[in-house]
Order: sequence, then structure tokens, then C-alpha cells
Amino acid sequence: MVSNWCRCTSCHAGYGWKDKNFDLSQEEKIDCLVCHDTTGTYKKFPTDCGYPPLKDKVFAGKKLFKAVNLSFIAQNVGRSSRESCGKCHFFSGGGDGVKRGDTDSTLVKASRKLDVHMDAKGLNFSCATCHTTLAHQIAGRHYDTPAPGKRNLALPKDEGYRLKCESCHGARPHKPEKGLFDWRLIKLNDHTDKVACQTCHIPFYARGKPTNTYWDWSTAGRFNNGKPIVEKSPLGPPSYHTKKGTLKWGRNLVPEYFWYNGTFSYLLPGEKVEANEPITLIKPNGSPEDKESRIYPFKVHLGKQPYDPQNKLIIIPKLFGPKGSGAFWADFDWIKASRAGMAEAGLPFSGKVSFVETVQYHALSHMVAPKEDALTCASCHTRKDGRLAKIKGVYLPGRDFSPWLDRIGWLACIFAFIGVTIHGGLRIVLARKSRKED
Amino acid sequence: MKERLYLYTRFERFWHWTQALLIIFLLLTGFEMHGTISIWGYEKAYIWHVYAGFALIVLTAFGIFWHFTTGAWQHYVPVKEKISQIIHYYTRGIFYGEPHPFEKRPDQKLNPLQRVAYLFLKVILFPLQLLTAFLLLFYEWWPHLGINLNLQQVALYHTAGAFAFLFFLIVHVYLSTTGKPWYSHLKGMFLGWEEIEKN
Ligand code: HEC
Ligand code: HEC
Ligand code: HEC
Ligand code: HEC
Repeated sequence: MVSNWCRCTSCHAGYGWKDKNFDLSQEEKIDCLVCHDTTGTYKKFPTDCGYPPLKDKVFAGKKLFKAVNLSFIAQNVGRSSRESCGKCHFFSGGGDGVKRGDTDSTLVKASRKLDVHMDAKGLNFSCATCHTTLAHQIAGRHYDTPAPGKRNLALPKDEGYRLKCESCHGARPHKPEKGLFDWRLIKLNDHTDKVACQTCHIPFYARGKPTNTYWDWSTAGRFNNGKPIVEKSPLGPPSYHTKKGTLKWGRNLVPEYFWYNGTFSYLLPGEKVEANEPITLIKPNGSPEDKESRIYPFKVHLGKQPYDPQNKLIIIPKLFGPKGSGAFWADFDWIKASRAGMAEAGLPFSGKVSFVETVQYHALSHMVAPKEDALTCASCHTRKDGRLAKIKGVYLPGRDFSPWLDRIGWLACIFAFIGVTIHGGLRIVLARKSRKED
Repeated sequence: MKERLYLYTRFERFWHWTQALLIIFLLLTGFEMHGTISIWGYEKAYIWHVYAGFALIVLTAFGIFWHFTTGAWQHYVPVKEKISQIIHYYTRGIFYGEPHPFEKRPDQKLNPLQRVAYLFLKVILFPLQLLTAFLLLFYEWWPHLGINLNLQQVALYHTAGAFAFLFFLIVHVYLSTTGKPWYSHLKGMFLGWEEIEKN
């Protein structure tokens, strides 16, 4: 975000967030309408530092942003909705579904197949049904603190902390519809201490819009006869874009699984890293020994990003700005963009730019599939290529076994079988012989 | 000379064959969960294994009751006589048509080797398998029951037990064909009556 203020702050909420001196605690600078508009006409101009257009304005030569009618909107403020929250959250990473893969605009009119909770014809939850708020402190993970609330049913005293699946469903959510007893459901409940709900209930992600899985900045800045290039991928979004580089997209993807305790480790701006590829930018914390950790599903995002090989720093380039400012999207020069960006971030820059592979992980919690689409036992309990093939620290029946025990066991049984076959064979042969002799 | 003897009562036969089917089924579903074979898929194999296991426990409870009330347990008390002759019989005599050194009678149905083998089965293997089965079944309750083991150890003991059962099954099925004629033991186990050769 640093050095690209006027673009990023069209979401990262505030009015006039122009530079790093913006005071986040000043209330009159907080934009209420972005969350509480119910008319759907409140829109921000993408590059106006968080201000909505007060006159009709055209973005990027194409898209008309009509002036917003503030008094009409003000008469229609209301509770936030999937649409109002989604105006930012669906488009994080710069486009619909790009960043997370489990939050995109298809959730506005979701079907049950896509998301059982936000199913427009069914439960029709808004974002805030789960992301409950207490005086505008929205429940959710906040960078390095886990989401609040315990892993059990939320009682009235826990008001405001209803985010976890367990807050509504409890830790043993599977109950037989008829009858008292179903061992299969009991066993499913037994899993919830080690396996997160999301792991079984989000069998695939990016089930709405395609999500970005790979972003190679190193190829950005190519032109065709002076004209920017945009090539479409089969899924729709660009596979090459002059401003962005080479992109790969996916739909209906299988998550990867890791132990996760609700917190992430981030590579901080200015933190030195060796170019041992790939460099991990964001990774979940957790381990099988830790009681708070469970196995969760993640979207893995790979990329190639500018890197300063001398200072061993990931570069924060300046992307957005007028021509001559060094901004990459105006001047298309990585060295200039890096110098400008790193200067604004207050970080050193050696003048050299190389590109390194990076990887980051996003926890998946949305697009909970209908119960009949939940993972089946054999997707984890299998010898080869199971969903949890790489998970360590558990004995997973069906996947794990002791090769020694199996070898000894089978050898013993095979010897027994060969032994009795020979014994039986001899009996038959010798009995025939003695019959002939008689 | 041959004699027809009523060796196996109706309950005994029912118990034997039900147990045989359950054990074979438990072996199949167990090895499916182990990842060795695939017939029904993990989910069905798991559920059926649990149900079949419960059925076997109920059957075993009846079996134990029957053994004690009828005194049939005495058939498993180990004895020393004739062990070496019996070993000699199975390694040589049987090939040359020699008679079995042990005479089956309603009051001693099991030869000394069988006594040892079945006693091992009943006091070591069955309890090991049932104990580990219960531990696996109630894995989630271990912390509340103060049990401090790990799943892997218990699962490995249970698997070792399964191999022992399979081993037993192979040898047992084969030995059931060593009567004269070959099917006479089998027939006895089905009908209760067996024709025994008298020396
Ligand atoms: C069924 C309940 C539920 C609903 C409905 C829901 N969320 Fe979430 N959301 C969660 C959970 C659970 C998490 C994970 C919190 C954690 O443990 O960190 C989460 C996390 C998030 C995050 C943080 C993700 C990250 O990786 O940092 C965002 C952003 C978010 N939700 C936005 C939304 C938006 C926008 C909507 C409405 C379209 C919405 N949520 C609807 C349950 C819900
Ligand atoms: C704000 C409360 C709330 C939260 C938080 C919540 N749910 Fe639900 N969920 C419901 C309600 C209400 C239903 C519908 C009643 C039911 O089926 O139990 C439901 C239904 C479901 C169903 C059954 C859908 C079907 O096929 O009919 C699944 C699966 C499910 N939730 C999973 C989850 C998971 C996974 C999470 C965490 C990401 C979660 N829920 C979080 C309230 C919640
Ligand atoms: C090991 C996989 C697994 C885990 C972990 C898991 N579930 Fe489920 N869940 C399933 C399956 C499979 C079903 C479908 C059950 C059926 O056949 O009715 C289901 C069904 C449900 C339903 C619908 C139940 C109904 O009766 O309508 C809800 C709600 C639900 N799960 C919530 C959760 C929550 C909340 C968690 C975390 C505490 C969770 N699940 C963890 C596999 C899992
Ligand atoms: C998301 C992957 C996943 C799915 C789906 C899953 N399991 Fe598991 N299962 C695990 C993991 C991980 C463990 C190890 C848990 C531990 O050590 O506490 C486990 C352990 C077990 C165990 C041994 C421990 C115990 O609690 O008895 C059994 C039995 C089992 N699962 C049965 C099932 C059955 C039956 C199903 C389907 C109805 C199923 N599992 C679905 C991941 C899964």
C-alpha cells in the first residue's frame, strides 16, 4: 500500500488517505457509507484517495463513474450487506476473486451449492452474521491475533464473538436426523479437535470466479508497437497484462492443508531475506504439538516479485502515480519504480532489481459447500495422494502403516500358505502312490 | 472300524461358524482400512468393521457363558501327553497313511496341540485384539480416561493381531482338511456328527 495510497485507499477505508501521515483514529475521516450504503449507488473513484466522485468522471478512458447522490444515500443508510462489504473484499488483489479465492462477487447472489450460509434463497447470511461487530470492532483475525471467541457454542455473554463455525454449530455439530445414534456422525465429531470444519466443508475453492494462483511481475512492461498488451486466459481474466505481467488462474481448486493456530507469520517490509526460493511472504503458524492448532485448508499463491539482491529485500515498488513520478504503471521502469517506492517506505535501495519466486498462503473460510459435498473419508484415509498426504504429526489410518510390521506379517502369512500348500500337495501325491502300490 | 460320535452341539456349531464369518469379514474390512485392499471403500469398511466388531463381542460373551456353564472350557486345559507323537504324525505319518495318535472323544475333543493353539488364541490373541479395538474405538475419550498412549502404537498392535488371526486362519483351514476322508472334520463341524476311526 505504501506509496500507492490514492489507489489502495479506495478500499482500505478512509477519506483523503493520500500519504503515510494519514491518522487512522480520526473519526471524521472514516467512511461510513462504504459499509452502510444500501442503495448500491455509493462508489469510490478508483484513484481518488478514498473519495467518491462528486461529479461524473471517467476511469481509464472507459468506465464512467457517475456522481454519487450523497443525500439519497444518506437517507438510505442501513445494515451492511454482502454487497456493501463485498465492494472491497471481493475485489482485493485488484480484481474479482483475485486474492483469496473464497470471497468474490458471486457471493452477492450465492446459490446453496456455492455457499450454504450466504445462499440468497436459503439462509441468506450477510457478512456480519458471522463477522459480528461490537461497537465497530469487527470479529475476524487481525494479522497476528487469532479471531476472538472460543471453539464452542456462543452464548449471549459471548455476543460479538460469533465468527467461528463452532460459535453457531458447537464442537460436535453432526447429529443424526432420525434415531439417536449414528457411529459415522460420532466419528466425524471426533475429528473436530484436529481437523478444522473448513477442511471437510470447503472441498474446493474458487467455485465462483477464477482466482489468481500465479503472478509473475518480471514480465510486466512489455509493449506491442508501443501499445499495452492484454491477453485473455481461457478462464477469462488476463494471462498477460502489460501493467501486471504474467498471470495464472484457477477454478474449483483443491486447497493445500497445514497446521494452523489462527495466526500468520508475515515477512515485514524491510526484513532481510535470502533469495532461497521461494521466499515465503505469509505463512500460517501452527504445529501438531500445539493444542490450538488444527488442520486447515489454504489457497497457495505463487509469484515472482522484484527483489534487491544487494540489500536482500523484497522491493515495494511504486505502481500508481503520474508520469515522471517513477510509478511503474506510468513509466514502466522497475529501477525507477523501486527507487521511488522504497524511498517512500523509508527503506534502502541498491539500484539493482532481480526477481524472486514468492509464495503466500490464504486461509479459506467462505464458500462452505452443502453437506453432501463435504469430503469423504477416503479423500484423507488413503495410501496415495490423499488430501492430507503431507500432514505430519498424526497417525492417519489408511495412509500410515509400519512397513516393518507389514513385511513381517505378510511374510509369515505367505510362508504359512506355502507351507500348507506343500504339505497338502505331498499328502495327495503320496496317497496316490500308496494306493497304486496296494 | 468307524464310530459315529456327536461331538459338536448346536450352539457350538453356531458359535464356531458365526465367529468364522465375522473374523473373515473383520479381516477384509480391517485390511481395507489399513490400505491394503479396496473393496467397499474406507467409509463402509470402517462402519461395518465397527458393527462386526460389536457383533463378535456379543457372540464372544455368549461363547464364554456357554464354555463356563457347560464345562467346555476344560477342553482347553493344556496336557503334555503325546505331543511328540502328534508332531511326528503331522510331519511324517500323515503322508504314509498312519493313524492319528490321538483319539477324539466327546470328553476330549481337542488334541494336545490344538489345546495349546486354541488356548493361545483365546487368552492372548482375542483379548489383545479386543482391548486394542476398544482403545481405538474410544480414542477420543483417552484424555478423559487418563490413558496416555499414542494412536500409532495401539493401531500397530491391532494390526499385528490381525496378521496373527490371518496366520491362524490359513493354518486352521488347512488342518480342517486332514481328516479321513479329507472332509470328515468339516462335515463334523457342520452337522455335529463325525465318523471317527477306531484303532
Ligand atoms: C459463515 C460465516 C461467515 C460469513 C457469512 C462470512 N465470513 Fe468472512 N470469515 C469467516 C471466518 C470463520 C473467517 C476466518 C477467521 C479466522 O479464523 O481468522 C473469515 C475471514 C474473513 C476475512 C479475512 C480473511 C483473511 O484471509 O485474512 C475476510 C476479509 C472476510 N472474512 C470477509 C468476509 C466478507 C466480505 C463476507 C461477506 C461477503 C464474509 N466474510 C462472510 C466466516 C464468515
Ligand atoms: C452465524 C452462525 C453460523 C456460523 C458462524 C456458521 N454457521 Fe453453518 N449454519 C448456520 C445455520 C443457521 C445453518 C442452517 C441450519 C443447519 O443446517 O444446522 C448452517 C448450516 C451449515 C451447514 C449445512 C448446510 C447444508 O448442506 O444444509 C454446514 C455444512 C455448515 N453450516 C458449516 C459451517 C462451517 C464450516 C462454518 C465455519 C466456516 C459455519 N457453518 C459457520 C449458522 C452458522
Ligand atoms: C472429517 C470431516 C468433517 C469435519 C472435520 C467436519 N465435518 Fe461437518 N460434515 C461432514 C460430512 C461428511 C457431513 C455430511 C453428513 C451426512 O451425511 O449427513 C457433514 C455435515 C455437517 C452439517 C450438516 C449436518 C446436518 O445434520 O444437517 C453441519 C452443520 C456441519 N457438518 C458442520 C460442521 C462444523 C461446524 C464442523 C467443525 C466443528 C464440521 N462440520 C467438521 C464432514 C466433516
Ligand atoms: C479431512 C481429512 C479427513 C477426513 C475427510 C476423514 N478423516 Fe478420519 N482422520 C483424519 C485425521 C487427520 C485423523 C487423525 C486424528 C488424530 O490423530 O486425532 C483421523 C483419524 C481417524 C480415525 C482414528 C482415530 C479415531 O478417532 O478413531 C478414524 C477411525 C477415522 N479417522 C475415521 C474416519 C471416517 C469414518 C471418516 C469419514 C466419515 C473420516 N475419518 C474422514 C482425517 C480425516
